Amino acid sequence: MGDSNNIVLTSRIRLARNISEVPFPHMLPFSKSEEIIEEVNASVINNYINNINEFKLIKLKEISNLERLSMVEKHLISKEHVKNYENAAVLINNTNNISIMINEEDHIRLQVMENSFNLKGIYEIASEIDDIIEDKVTYAYDNKLGYLTSCPTNLGTGIRASVMLHLPALSLIKNIDNVIDTVNQVGMTIRGFYGEGSNSMGNIYQISNQITLGLSEDEIINNIVGVTKKIIDNENSARELILKKQALELEDDIYRSLGMLKYTRLITTSECLNLLSKIRMGIEMGIIKDIDIKSIDELFFKVQPATLQLASGGELDNRGRDVARAKVIREILN
Amino acid sequence: MLKCQNCNIKEANVHVTKIANGSKSEMHLCEECAKNKQEFGVNNVSFGFPMSFQNIVDGLFEVIGTPKQVLSPGEICSVCGMTFVDFRNSGRVGCSNCYYTFSKNMFPLIKRVHGNIQHTGKIPKRTGGMIKVRRNVEKLREELRVLVENEEYERAANIRDEIRSLENELNNLEK
Repeated sequence: MGDSNNIVLTSRIRLARNISEVPFPHMLPFSKSEEIIEEVNASVINNYINNINEFKLIKLKEISNLERLSMVEKHLISKEHVKNYENAAVLINNTNNISIMINEEDHIRLQVMENSFNLKGIYEIASEIDDIIEDKVTYAYDNKLGYLTSCPTNLGTGIRASVMLHLPALSLIKNIDNVIDTVNQVGMTIRGFYGEGSNSMGNIYQISNQITLGLSEDEIINNIVGVTKKIIDNENSARELILKKQALELEDDIYRSLGMLKYTRLITTSECLNLLSKIRMGIEMGIIKDIDIKSIDELFFKVQPATLQLASGGELDNRGRDVARAKVIREILN
Repeated sequence: MLKCQNCNIKEANVHVTKIANGSKSEMHLCEECAKNKQEFGVNNVSFGFPMSFQNIVDGLFEVIGTPKQVLSPGEICSVCGMTFVDFRNSGRVGCSNCYYTFSKNMFPLIKRVHGNIQHTGKIPKRTGGMIKVRRNVEKLREELRVLVENEEYERAANIRDEIRSLENELNNLEK
């Protein structure tokens, strides 16, 4: 039943770095942007970490808008990065879990992701890559303020540590506001991952640190790990509560959702994500036994607008997307 | 029936109060026009204003008490050409040098945001050589103090020698 490996969908570490004596990306002329891309690319080329990471350079202006948006959906680059696409590039490794954004809000935004609860492990990797880049690139750094960044909110360690959590039971018993308050009280932020504002389709939430200066990377990561463990416990307790009082209602809800997804012809992103959340919960709790959780996690990405259109061969209008989405789901679940 | 201020046809059932830079304005729109108006967000689920650090930086300075006319017009960063007013409006600095150019007013803001003004995390390997050694010296000095307090003089002597050699290293690095 929902152990921490399944409630946590992704762990992510992002480090913000800048090159010394060079204006930040939003003040940079085009020619200088190209130079920076070359400099960062050169620093990681031929540097293998664990012999399995080889980076491919993608200049954002050389790919289509759909491809850019699809990469945003897969968390490889950010919306901010896409805004600056004419001057920006990204280095991605072959397993698509490490991306080095160049000329986003800062010159370098290094990101490592993993589909499990392992912030310390991925920080080690991020730090290693950071060292490799720094060996060839001189960073903007100050004794007091730490790594210097375009926005003061990222000064110091420049680290953003985050986890994505699936919290359907806490949502069901309407306890999410409680979680939000608790997380805020310890200086972290939590937001619904899919959707704007307090909307949270699919019951997926992201927790990350706010403060980056004055704490060490270890302290920041320990804080997130601590809070996350507490929330995982709460989610598990909420699930036990539901099982005790309304096991059959829960099972019914889950299987109805499965039925919908298996046979739908037209479905919106938001409806789809909420149904997928029910299925995932069913698998996590051992109620659904014949579906692999990996295929559900894949679906979370495949049904997103840009990724969907890319796979369908081109742009689609709203209705076209709803049809294509239903098709993708039916194919995977049947 | 209150008509939409934009199309003047449909009934206004979305009432928006916008507060920006100390002034308040109200708008009454129908759902259609509210959705279409750019400043109300691209998503048809919420009409939220995108709140970001950039939006609130100016307000933060007011809270801290930084006077608006804080710098002479000639205060410009020599590397990127940004002025402090630019920063107040955008929430971002233009280059690393800006932090030194505008340090007097940046430091209170940074303290506000992070509660702190001293980095205690990772140091870049190349740039930070001396800093690492200095940090080690400070750590050892603290250890020495504790050992002396506990009258462990032999171990204290060892630590003292370590400190001496590190300080030599620092002197060499400084040359």
